[in-house]
Amino acid sequence: MGKQKIWAKDLLEVAGVPAIAIILGLVVGAVAMLWMGYNPVIGYQSLLRGIFGDAYSFGETIRSMTPLIFTGLAVAFAFRTGLFNIGVEGQFVLGMLAGALVGAAWPQLPWLLHVGLALGAGALAGALWAAVPGLLKGRFGVHEVITTIMLNYVSLILANYLIRNFFRVQEQEATANIAPSADLSIALLKQASGGARIHWGTVVALGLVVLVAFILYKTTLGFEFRAVGFNPHAAQYGGINVTKSLILSMLISGSIAGVGGAVEILGVFGRMAVSPILPGVGFDGIAVALIGNNNPFGVLFGSFLFGALKTGAIQMQYVTQVPYAIIRVVIAAIVFFVAIKELVRRILRLKRREV
Amino acid sequence: METVIEMRNISKIFPRVVANDKINLSVRQGEIHALLGENGAGKSTLMNILYGLYQPSAGEIYVKGQKVSITNPNVAIALGIGMVHQHFMLIPTLTVAENIVLGSEPRRYGFLDMRKAVAMVEEISQRYGLKVDPQAKVESISVGMQQRVEILKALYRGTEILILDEPTAVLTPQEILELFDIMHNLNTEGKSIIFITHKLKEIMAIADRITIIRRGKVIDTVTTASTSPRELAAKMVGREVSFKVNKQEYSPGETVLQLENVQALNSRKLPALKGISLEVRRGEILGIAGVDGNGQSELVDVVAGLRKATAGHIKLLRKDITNASPRKVIAASISHIPEDRHLRGLVLDFTIEENMVLETYYQAEFANGIILNNKQIQMHAKRLIQEFDVRPPDQKTLARSLSGGNQQKVIIAREVDRDPNLLIAAQPTRGLDVGAIEFVHRRLVEQRDKGKAVLLVSLDLDEIMDLSDRIAVIYEGNIVGIVAAEDADEAMLGFMMAGAAGN
Amino acid sequence: MLPILATLLGNTLLYATPLIFAALGGVFSERSGVVNIGLEGMMTIGAFAAAVTALGTGNPWLGVVAGMLSGGLLALLHAVAAVTFRADQVVSGVAINFMANGFSMFMLYKLYGGGQTPHIATKLAKWAIPGLAKIPYLGDALFNNYPTVYLAFFTAFLTWVVLYKTTFGLRLRSVGEHPLAADTMGINVYFIRYTCVIISGCLAGIGGAAVSIGIIAEFTEVTIVGQGFIALAAMIFGKWTPWGALGACMFFGAANALDAIGQTIGLTKYANPAFFSMLPYLLTIVALAGFIGRANAPAADGKPYEKGR
Repeated sequence: MGKQKIWAKDLLEVAGVPAIAIILGLVVGAVAMLWMGYNPVIGYQSLLRGIFGDAYSFGETIRSMTPLIFTGLAVAFAFRTGLFNIGVEGQFVLGMLAGALVGAAWPQLPWLLHVGLALGAGALAGALWAAVPGLLKGRFGVHEVITTIMLNYVSLILANYLIRNFFRVQEQEATANIAPSADLSIALLKQASGGARIHWGTVVALGLVVLVAFILYKTTLGFEFRAVGFNPHAAQYGGINVTKSLILSMLISGSIAGVGGAVEILGVFGRMAVSPILPGVGFDGIAVALIGNNNPFGVLFGSFLFGALKTGAIQMQYVTQVPYAIIRVVIAAIVFFVAIKELVRRILRLKRREV
Repeated sequence: METVIEMRNISKIFPRVVANDKINLSVRQGEIHALLGENGAGKSTLMNILYGLYQPSAGEIYVKGQKVSITNPNVAIALGIGMVHQHFMLIPTLTVAENIVLGSEPRRYGFLDMRKAVAMVEEISQRYGLKVDPQAKVESISVGMQQRVEILKALYRGTEILILDEPTAVLTPQEILELFDIMHNLNTEGKSIIFITHKLKEIMAIADRITIIRRGKVIDTVTTASTSPRELAAKMVGREVSFKVNKQEYSPGETVLQLENVQALNSRKLPALKGISLEVRRGEILGIAGVDGNGQSELVDVVAGLRKATAGHIKLLRKDITNASPRKVIAASISHIPEDRHLRGLVLDFTIEENMVLETYYQAEFANGIILNNKQIQMHAKRLIQEFDVRPPDQKTLARSLSGGNQQKVIIAREVDRDPNLLIAAQPTRGLDVGAIEFVHRRLVEQRDKGKAVLLVSLDLDEIMDLSDRIAVIYEGNIVGIVAAEDADEAMLGFMMAGAAGN
Repeated sequence: MLPILATLLGNTLLYATPLIFAALGGVFSERSGVVNIGLEGMMTIGAFAAAVTALGTGNPWLGVVAGMLSGGLLALLHAVAAVTFRADQVVSGVAINFMANGFSMFMLYKLYGGGQTPHIATKLAKWAIPGLAKIPYLGDALFNNYPTVYLAFFTAFLTWVVLYKTTFGLRLRSVGEHPLAADTMGINVYFIRYTCVIISGCLAGIGGAAVSIGIIAEFTEVTIVGQGFIALAAMIFGKWTPWGALGACMFFGAANALDAIGQTIGLTKYANPAFFSMLPYLLTIVALAGFIGRANAPAADGKPYEKGR
């Protein structure tokens, strides 16, 4: 008798918290809209239309979820090894820069090779940037949360500095445009959707979801990462090299973020410009990983959710004048409710008792 | 004599377990009342209720005849109830005086008055003969002094009824006698003491009356004069227990493990092992006796490759394994039942089957290259679960949801199944109930009888004396002596554990 | 040379001030055992509320108060998550930062129809301390400065008194080291932690106000970019002590001042300003790898406490 019930309970445990958090988050957004004198029903309607309304909207939704798959995976992967990589943001930024630079160089290369090189450069840049907190954690036990936070801002300043002083094109505050041989965009779909910036990076991201799931759950490497993540003392006792696992996990996490950065340049922006603020997708990746319970397929769901909200909000502001930033409030509220899952669990338990 | 504490029909129900089931307890003024029971019997829960840390699910408490509701420790303190916890509740970075006055500090003009606090601490420490240094940081004082600080904390708050939760676990036999003196002193001052323990000898030595608790229920309350250790043991466990383990005759073989002048630092980078030399041979159990914190953990860690030796040599079957990595140590056929099964022995969020291959997941039996062979891992777990009677018999159960005894079975199954040359067992029965303890003891002796070398570390002197063939006593990082088990008696080991050289 | 040094000193104080408030807030929160990476968000909301209030009422001091209250209110959310619901404190802090950013941007568009406030005409004015301000060079830098500067130093002193000279301070330190032990002594761990987290939000809010109505006289999305994290770094650099945090903030403030006036004094010939901007972050990493160990952090920092029921 029990099997089915246990299965249902597990599902509730895994999906219940995010589901309730999403609902509560949307409620918070609705209350904020009401408070400011907007009609939340109309607001959310136009939000939905902005996500699914037509081919262009849906294409843009796919476009904006793609970087979140990368950053979400990066956060989730490190998390499975017990590392809180808040530095995905910075690793993403340096991946962008590396992708932009390699993408603009060697225009005579064949497409696949050039793209491969540029993505590889992004991965390398992200991995190197993540190596610093990884080594500090593995060798000296320095907490990665602090070091990665610090490195985020360093990465922004560093990238701006490098662009301004070494890689700018004429009087522009940006790198040169990438060569057509490194272009990831899919012209056919772009035309068919009325200009949505759909690109091959999404396919790369989906491939990574499967690869990460495979590594984590089907290989000895994943066994080691998960053992270290759950209990480093027991892992060490079992003969697992904890230092190596921590560093390696950080490198992989950083390289996933770095590829994501490169993809964003090669697929969407075509060049990297100086920016006063961090792009934010790395922080969004934390939200994505949390809502996805640090599971690769959960990340896929989370990135769709947040990508959709971000895309739909643009349309919403355009049509109903509800400020775009409302969606940041909604995302913040969702993260907050996932964080206090204790409360959400209590709500769930109450409901079950009533039934 | 007046009854100062009366607990009536106290029940405490946790989500998964009934810790206290209609318990009645009365304590008279000026007596030492022992609370006897196995690990997990519900003694500490009952006392945490009396001290206001837990709320009872049902039942009533009377203090000096008045019905009270002890909603938090402040209420308990105001009622004159003080508690010294098994794990000291001291803040290492604060001074002795700060720790003692914390929560009811003397003030001057609204500010903290530390000068007065120090004076008050000095005054009560003199009155009760509890010597402490009020200005010293707690992290730098001895365990014995920490315990005195704990007692002073209670006395500072005007405690009339003092609860001592397993106070002797961290003390040498001699320090225990000092503690008993203190307890008698407090008694003559009219204070009542509730003394929680599972050690029969201590009860017979100091208690006036004894309440025995088993599985959350009171079995009996008796006076010490009218009972015997044998009767108490039977009441505590619920059946006649034999303390003797049947062993084959002692016939040691070749030397398996050899330590020569091994030195190592502890986690705080202070010398913990100061030149340990010993050997363990086939077909014997070498027991390491000593008071907690004298280098036992570091000794085990160094042999298991989990801590660096700063000097000396460790040899396994004449092969040098000094500072080999844990993986190499495991490959050299050393098994290790760690002292803390939650910290090291298990990944609690792994399933039983994953825990069963914690050390061997990468070997050809369980993996093709880097791809795990889940079928093989599952079969392996199924076999061991059956062999060692792990419950529930489902290899997909998370280790977290097993009982302590079954968790220990998983570890022992994993370690014994590797058919090691050397088996290290560090406090293998800590926190287990009697049935599980017997299981563990049988398995250890079985390994010895099969000709394995067994290194047993335990804080429980009785366990060491029952199982070991030879006993090495460790004190402050040195082996002060090694004696044959049949020649050893408790008084002699006690002196050695306090640092006096053996023989 | 002397006028340059005086300018540098004055600027150092100016830039250090918001950091000092937030870092002291961090000291309160973390010494009681609650990790607060939400300082950034609390500064953001403080800066926003202060700007709006100063614009609306024309009174900058009401702006400071609004900054303080809004920071405290946001901190209350963090306390609810971290203390009552035992959330992962880093995650909760991330949510707090999201929330502050999203809410202030949302309101900016609503109130002003764009991504920034108008110029704040009534920003805080400098206070010259009679007599002392007349000292050549130093006087102008030290004693003819914004009132928030004086307030920051006074707050550091106050924090030290509270932490080490009051019973509340002894209790909050004990809660941050070993909450269970404090609980057995009848100390209300939740009350202490709530109080400390809210104090930290109030201080970070004042810090934000010190930026928006003390330094730049407007609020935009880039008013608070990383100051909260630098304050966090300063708190760590200062080993979780009030004076240490103050010193680290002065040091980071100096780096900021060099960045700002580097151009005027010809420093850019020797080092790129980007170098000075990175300095606080890099130094904190070096310090964490080197001389600041886990021994310096409160033992229970970041660990939720569950009371037995």
